Amino acid sequence: MTKAVTDVVCPFCGTLCDDLEVTVSDDGKQILEVANACVIGTAKFMHSQAKDRLTRPRMRQEDGSWKEVSYEEAADYTAKILAGAKKPLMYGWSSTNCEAQSMGHEIAEMCGAVVDNTAAVCHGTTLIAVQDIGLPSCTLGEIKNRADRIIFWGCNPAHAHPRHMSRYSIFPRGFFTGKGQKSRKVVVVDPRLTDTARLADIHIQIEQGRDYELLNALRVALNNEWLPDVVAGVPKEKIREVADVLKSGRFGIIFFGMGVTQTLSKNHNIDEAIALTKHLNEFTKYSIMPMRGHYNVTGSGEVLAWQFGFPYSVDLSRGFARYNPGDTSTIDLLARGEVDAMLTIASDPGAHFPISCVKHLAKIPSVCIDPHQTPTSGVSKLHVPVAFVGIEVGGNAYRMDNVPIDTRKVVEPPEGMKTDEEFLTMVRDRVKKIKGVK
Amino acid sequence: MSEYIIKNGHVFDPVQGIKGDKKDIAIKDGKIVDKVGSSAKVVDAKDKTVMAGAVEIHAHIAGPKVNLGRIYRPEDKLFSYVPKGGNQRMAGGFSIPTTFKTGYEYAKMGYTTCMEAAMPPLFSRHVHEEIRDTPIIDEAAFPVFGNNWFVLEYLKNQEIENTAAYIAWLLRATKGYAVKVVNPGGTEAWGWGLNCLTVNDPVPYFDITPAEIIKGLIEANEYLGLPHSMHIHPNNLGNPGNYETTLDTLKIAEGIKAKNKFGREQVLHLTHTQFHSYGGTNWGDFESKAKEVTDYVNKNKNITIDTGNVTLDETTTMTADGPFEHHLTGLNHLKWANVDVELETAAGVVPYIYSPSISVCAIQWAVGIEIPLMMKDPMRCFITTDHPNAGPFTRYPRVIKWLMSAKARETQINAFKHKDKVLSQSAIGTLDREISLYEIAQMTRAGPAKSLGLSSMIGGLKPGMDADVVVYNFNPDKPVADPDQIEAAFQKASHVFKSGVEVVTDGEIVSNGNKRTLWVNAKTKENPQVMRDIQEKFLKYYSVSRANYEALGHHIVPNPYAIEVDAGQ
Repeated sequence: MTKAVTDVVCPFCGTLCDDLEVTVSDDGKQILEVANACVIGTAKFMHSQAKDRLTRPRMRQEDGSWKEVSYEEAADYTAKILAGAKKPLMYGWSSTNCEAQSMGHEIAEMCGAVVDNTAAVCHGTTLIAVQDIGLPSCTLGEIKNRADRIIFWGCNPAHAHPRHMSRYSIFPRGFFTGKGQKSRKVVVVDPRLTDTARLADIHIQIEQGRDYELLNALRVALNNEWLPDVVAGVPKEKIREVADVLKSGRFGIIFFGMGVTQTLSKNHNIDEAIALTKHLNEFTKYSIMPMRGHYNVTGSGEVLAWQFGFPYSVDLSRGFARYNPGDTSTIDLLARGEVDAMLTIASDPGAHFPISCVKHLAKIPSVCIDPHQTPTSGVSKLHVPVAFVGIEVGGNAYRMDNVPIDTRKVVEPPEGMKTDEEFLTMVRDRVKKIKGVK
Repeated sequence: MSEYIIKNGHVFDPVQGIKGDKKDIAIKDGKIVDKVGSSAKVVDAKDKTVMAGAVEIHAHIAGPKVNLGRIYRPEDKLFSYVPKGGNQRMAGGFSIPTTFKTGYEYAKMGYTTCMEAAMPPLFSRHVHEEIRDTPIIDEAAFPVFGNNWFVLEYLKNQEIENTAAYIAWLLRATKGYAVKVVNPGGTEAWGWGLNCLTVNDPVPYFDITPAEIIKGLIEANEYLGLPHSMHIHPNNLGNPGNYETTLDTLKIAEGIKAKNKFGREQVLHLTHTQFHSYGGTNWGDFESKAKEVTDYVNKNKNITIDTGNVTLDETTTMTADGPFEHHLTGLNHLKWANVDVELETAAGVVPYIYSPSISVCAIQWAVGIEIPLMMKDPMRCFITTDHPNAGPFTRYPRVIKWLMSAKARETQINAFKHKDKVLSQSAIGTLDREISLYEIAQMTRAGPAKSLGLSSMIGGLKPGMDADVVVYNFNPDKPVADPDQIEAAFQKASHVFKSGVEVVTDGEIVSNGNKRTLWVNAKTKENPQVMRDIQEKFLKYYSVSRANYEALGHHIVPNPYAIEVDAGQ
């Protein structure tokens, strides 16, 4: 007999779908089938079942080969390099639970580490803009129940957040939106004709890197002021048409992604997008929401904020928390070679950072805590495979709209495997001993 | 557990009517006892003031909007960080301190029980995660009900029993403590960018008025017999002339009697009264109506209030009153954050600078001081700053100074740029009452404890009660030469015991204590209709599944302490 586990939370993207049904074998050890998830989510669940998966830590040897070590030895090494470093960096956190993040922060505080999450290369610019100007937002259920104007700006949920449109934004029939897609107008701003753009009522094919100008022009159009004939490759008639569409809604939402946060102007784009949202609230009701990528990058920001007061790039090396992106942010620290030990957890900087940063990472003592083999684990001195959060262990995660959802344990991890939190607890206890903390 | 005896202190305990007499307080096994053995550790409190641990009835100290404030105000951390050391984690922030700092600072001032005043139910897990990371103090959180779709739909048809069953279910699911109401109806209207500014403005679509919501929630609260009463932030907060809305709100409670087994006498708690006691028609003729509001409350015994004192600081306002924060950002043009929460509520956050050089801010300060000075019964008026809205909770010692010393008030009034306007638009210049230490104990201990239905546990020093005891470096026999001595004494207590554990010595944290989370487990008769409605709302309108919503409170609540209520008969 197989068992069906319901209300399973998908540990992949910031959409954090919580309606998955997973069929597991009778002994609770194997996942047989995943229902309701998108292809990426399904792949993550099934991937955890790989027969050739690493189940024990391994240490890089001098000749470049890997040697299997025990979790105890791995924790000894990790504690030693973090406690012994002048400025250790603990990066990642976005694909693990808040409990592990919290434990990591305790270690960071004792070691005087810099703690940073993947927002550093993603929505960190959004956070800077929010610190400038604020953020009128809402939960995703509000959009489902009320929104009749949906704007996707520089994001492509059809590929990156596959169930976002059906669960929350374009298709669902909510309380005041009984006609589903028919009750909504969808605007997509993207230089490419993406699969999301194909679903739009209006696709604005903006000139690449001109987001700030177009956002600003929309504000001008809201005020019925003079516009040049073409802004950002878009004729002014079109801009006025879109402004009227936005204004005439009863409840609108702007979703935005890396297309605006990490292109020319970065945080200034978001400043302007938020200003546009605020401006639209003078006419009707509008919200704006970043399309957060990793399923718990939001949670990392939340835990950092309530424990230290800042959402990312938090430098604890002086005995109190400092925050100054550009100075205390991961890319910059690595590029300047300021870091003398690095712990990476639940993310893959090796695949995404500039090569100069990865080169520095390869030079210093390093640990990668990750269930997968990744480019990061490949350049780290120690790789600690752990149980999958949301599949083999539960724990809290925060959706892109900051709603907390407790992920569920569906199957047992392979025999003897530790979770992120368990391994970090071992490290914490060892660091305490080294530092002489009671 | 250790035994302690606190010797020769001047004890102020409204529960036993002790007004500064020299008395020994004995502690054993976490409780106040009549006597302890000779091996008990002696704390010398000679020439010092001894009170029960203070009780915070209304502060925003944990949860999504507090953390949004932390995230979007890095500037709030400037010059406020304390490095780690001893028993303490590193701790920073001024108006929105980190969770660790929140616990430490409350404990240092002698606060041992604190209420988080607005928990959006969908975010209750976040609230409890922060509570878990707030050391020392006992905490509880009030879920918000005043704009909840279940409540709006039930009360439209006057279905009190169904409302009560829903309240009981939600308190269980979110591990909540009381029925909080914020801008009833107005926050739902904010879903469309609208508001309800009087108790008779209809709520869009739901076709119900704030008055009906308030009355229904009072009745449902008494139907269940919850420890605390309905706790309300009325409509029309912060606007000139709003005292009329406030009086209209209070009148709804007329004739309703409290029904509970906890010794609570009020059916309505009006919070941050200062923000609701304004006259005038604009910011130019803005004036205090503290007298009108307190006159009414003095006459009607089924109401308690807290003050919401403006402390003249740069702070961060945050409230579930979404439309108000939008209005505020239009006034001060500072950064605005907002979160609308599906089916339940909303919240907004805007920084604010209460400048002593701005007449409106100074008059707000005067209103906050007038209210406790005009209230006849200190057991029904509690000191708050609606932290962090009117000022951070760390300013309580300063508020106590202003209340206890007419001289301190005079100094402050003389420092205002628009002193004459403050004196003409309020009665602050005519009030010479000085609040006594006994009255302070009523306003910060026994009073709030009774209002919360916790009078048998906390707020007093009677044998059998929890051993939350504070010793202040303040000699009540000596005349106060400098009012600042009052502030200094209340800022850093000499000793603080929380449930019998010494947590503060000489103003420093010595232990992280044994924090608890209080919540109310109300049992009602099975109600299939409400269960069906819950099921339906989750299937159709929520963005999380019912099972995951109901799992919010699991595992996460540290050291839970459930207060049982049986409304099943």
